[in-house]
Amino acid sequence: MQCADLTDTLAGAADGVTELGRAERRHVERCLRCQAEIVQYRKLLRAMRSLRTDVLEPAPGLLADILANLEEAGERHAVRSILSGRRIAYLGGLAAATAAGAAGAIVFASRTRRARLAG
Amino acid sequence: MMPREVADVVAAAKDGDREAFDELVRLTYADTYTLAHRLTGNEEDARDVVQEAYLRAYRGLRRFRGDAQFSTWMYRITANCAATHLGRRSRHRHDELDESVPVVDPHPDHDPQLRADADDLRSRLKVALDALPPRLRAVVVLRDVYDLPHEAIAAELGISESAAKVRLHRARNKLRDQLFGRREGESRAG
Repeated sequence: MQCADLTDTLAGAADGVTELGRAERRHVERCLRCQAEIVQYRKLLRAMRSLRTDVLEPAPGLLADILANLEEAGERHAVRSILSGRRIAYLGGLAAATAAGAAGAIVFASRTRRARLAG
Repeated sequence: MMPREVADVVAAAKDGDREAFDELVRLTYADTYTLAHRLTGNEEDARDVVQEAYLRAYRGLRRFRGDAQFSTWMYRITANCAATHLGRRSRHRHDELDESVPVVDPHPDHDPQLRADADDLRSRLKVALDALPPRLRAVVVLRDVYDLPHEAIAAELGISESAAKVRLHRARNKLRDQLFGRREGESRAG
């Protein structure tokens, strides 16, 4: 077992997601270089996690911009809903008118036929 | 605000309460901005990413199942927006970290020496993170700062899980080298 064999493993071991095998553990116990590397990874990971509690202060105006964007998106959505509602009403009216026309034509045709038969 | 209260606001927003969604934005936008800034490395891109992220969240809120925290859901959307935003760019920027951005630390360390050491390491870490290529920075920030699982990171960045793991490994190596330096002659061949 050499240090190079552990290149991909030490960060995971420091993170606690990778468990070292027996041979790897034996190597690390005797190798100051690998021990130092694990310590460095642990410090790195601790520092990374500590960043989670750092909150950058957004530039003034960002909140107002986000809310204005959402407002605009909401308006656009409402307009689309209205337009699609009107489109549905228009298509519905068109369908009703077509159906009425067709029914009228059928009635007219049947009356004409009846009159011809009677004549 | 406690998570339970956030959950109430999320529930109201899901029911179509626009004001509740605005409240969610107020509660979470600084956190979302911080992630966007870390992923993009600059304020201008971070602002664009945050705005896009909240628009997507607004449109997709009904799909939020509530089995994760709202903040985690927002992180995923933000990561996805940042990846899209950075992908559109033909140039990669490696600007110095803007030291004028104020940082709020709610848990200051009370030991002056420890705090000084930790502050020093964190300052150098921020510079090192900013110097990473964006594709490496995104993975290591999402995994090691925000604790997102590999699967979620891969999904939001549009890469395979194994690619995410490889990038994480490379990013950690580069950060370690940057912060602690590789000893002269060290090649991991020992």
